[in-house]
Amino acid sequence: MALEQLKPSFTGQAIPIHLPHWRSRIYGILGLLILLTVVVGFATTFGSVQIPFSAIFGTLLSKLPLVDITPTWPSTTETIILDIRLPRIILAGLVGAALAVAGATYQGLFRNPLADPYLIGVAQGASLGAVIGFLLPFNWQGMGFGLIPLLAFAGALFSVAIVYNLARVGKTLPVTTLILAGVALGALLGSVVSYLIINSGEKMHGILFWLMGSFSLSEWTEVKVVLPYIVVGVVIILLYSRSLNIMQLHEEQAQQLGINVEKVKLILLVAATLITAAAVSFVGTIGFVGIIIPHAVRLVWGPDYRFLLPLSVLTGAVFLILADLVARTALAPTEIPIGVITAICGAPFFLYLLRRKKRIVFF
Amino acid sequence: MIKLELQSVGVAYGHNLVVKDITFQVMPGEIVGLIGPNGSGKSTIIKAISRVISLRSGKIFLDGKDVFKIPRGDLARLLGVVPQMSILPSAFTAFEIVLMGRNPHLGLLQYESAKDMAITWQAMERTATQPLAERIVCELSGGEIQRVVIARVLAQEPKSILLDEPTANLDIRHQVEILDLIKSLCQENNLTVVIALHDLNLAAQYCDRLILINDGRVHAQGAPGEVINSRNIREVYGADGCVYPHPVNGLPAVLLKAGNSRHAKPRDTIERGVV
Repeated sequence: MALEQLKPSFTGQAIPIHLPHWRSRIYGILGLLILLTVVVGFATTFGSVQIPFSAIFGTLLSKLPLVDITPTWPSTTETIILDIRLPRIILAGLVGAALAVAGATYQGLFRNPLADPYLIGVAQGASLGAVIGFLLPFNWQGMGFGLIPLLAFAGALFSVAIVYNLARVGKTLPVTTLILAGVALGALLGSVVSYLIINSGEKMHGILFWLMGSFSLSEWTEVKVVLPYIVVGVVIILLYSRSLNIMQLHEEQAQQLGINVEKVKLILLVAATLITAAAVSFVGTIGFVGIIIPHAVRLVWGPDYRFLLPLSVLTGAVFLILADLVARTALAPTEIPIGVITAICGAPFFLYLLRRKKRIVFF
Repeated sequence: MIKLELQSVGVAYGHNLVVKDITFQVMPGEIVGLIGPNGSGKSTIIKAISRVISLRSGKIFLDGKDVFKIPRGDLARLLGVVPQMSILPSAFTAFEIVLMGRNPHLGLLQYESAKDMAITWQAMERTATQPLAERIVCELSGGEIQRVVIARVLAQEPKSILLDEPTANLDIRHQVEILDLIKSLCQENNLTVVIALHDLNLAAQYCDRLILINDGRVHAQGAPGEVINSRNIREVYGADGCVYPHPVNGLPAVLLKAGNSRHAKPRDTIERGVV
């Protein structure tokens, strides 16, 4: 779209540069959208029971109004597609998108390539909440899910709120102080978590499995709870993507270009933290996605946040759906923790990109 | 067509009062140079006018309005700043950096239009940065970055421009080109321009008026000939007898000679003086 706008410029002559990367970014978004659809379909066919594509299409179509299809497949197939596979795949996509976009946002906000969604204490806060949930002698069920996700979500938000208040100096929020406060509080909470795990006895396996992340308990309830947070958060972040570009100029220059830096910082921080906390609370602290996906996107399509953020959403979703597919099928019926898969499959691919592109500067 | 006015402005970093009492006015179409030694408060004044730091005392008016009460987006359409050291994100292209100048003209949901692109491209033409358009920032030299940043300010289309040492990284050809450009822009568009400069010779050549700042106060202000004279230079910089009339246009010129500071050995002074 930007390319067509270049031609009839008001000086009467076209701008004689091609800006080829703009076109490749738009093609990238379209290509990834198609890829995402294919991957969702592909992931639905695989599992303990193989389901043909035709059954998947048929089932989905038959759920639409005004479509009348007589099922040629057993009703158990429909149950597997709709109640087991699809919610799990959709949740994996949502979490992948959330972690990737939150990672890209934190990297931009802190102007730090090492930033990931867990940098300022989200993961450790969520872990502590979850571990307390595991160790409590009772359980509570409400709205279709247990105490653990609720405590994890609360823990994540609580720890970020503490970090935020520790780092604030007057009306400003220096990012270096924020990172250091986050790392320090994270270490503190992390040690408490380690102590609790060692003394958790027979619950240790469950806790460790949660910490490495798993989609094995995904149902529509989880999707419904997580979806609004992630959609709202991602939309807010996308609205501020031009501001995020300009914040790369350092704060004084951003202010002089009309950005209300402190306000934008707070909005982005809250949005990114909410989507990370929502993602983490149900499926555990899945590592690697938030740091590697945005960098892989930067390597291929460049640093402009207006494209980096939507491309990260799609790439993160595709990546985590595929990783979860491996996690549940590779050693079936045993499930591999997804955090293990993301690193084992993701790291070599990222290193390949890094070497093949040989681009020294991409952040 | 806007007037800039500072009324007994004071700025402090913590308890350290850097700018104590500064009062001056800049009229449209005028280039005013801020000169003074290191640490005299030139950069701090630029930052205060652009509302990057808050005032301890006094007031700053732009177009009759208190700068600190203008919303940031509106202020950025009135006032553009070329900072002393531009640290730019290394992976962006020069075109993308200049395009950022259009930000104050765009709403949250807007995308740069053909008009924004054309304004950006014109700004790059005026600063001779069009050949750099698709290069990424980390491949550019200090002088090229400076010109890209000036192009960004032009793309911003402000009514007033503040420049903090715009020629610090440039060779003499680019120093003259940049200041010529700023001068012609100022005259064509009736801009209100404030430049903080170290180089007294450039300041004398290009500025309509100079404000000599020493220790956070205005030491002298007026036409270059009135401000750059032997007495002021001695009082502020401690350098003696180095002001001469420029051989072509008679504006003051500062020519330094070795052995004129407190670190010089007496022998150096005598020997070089004889030669």
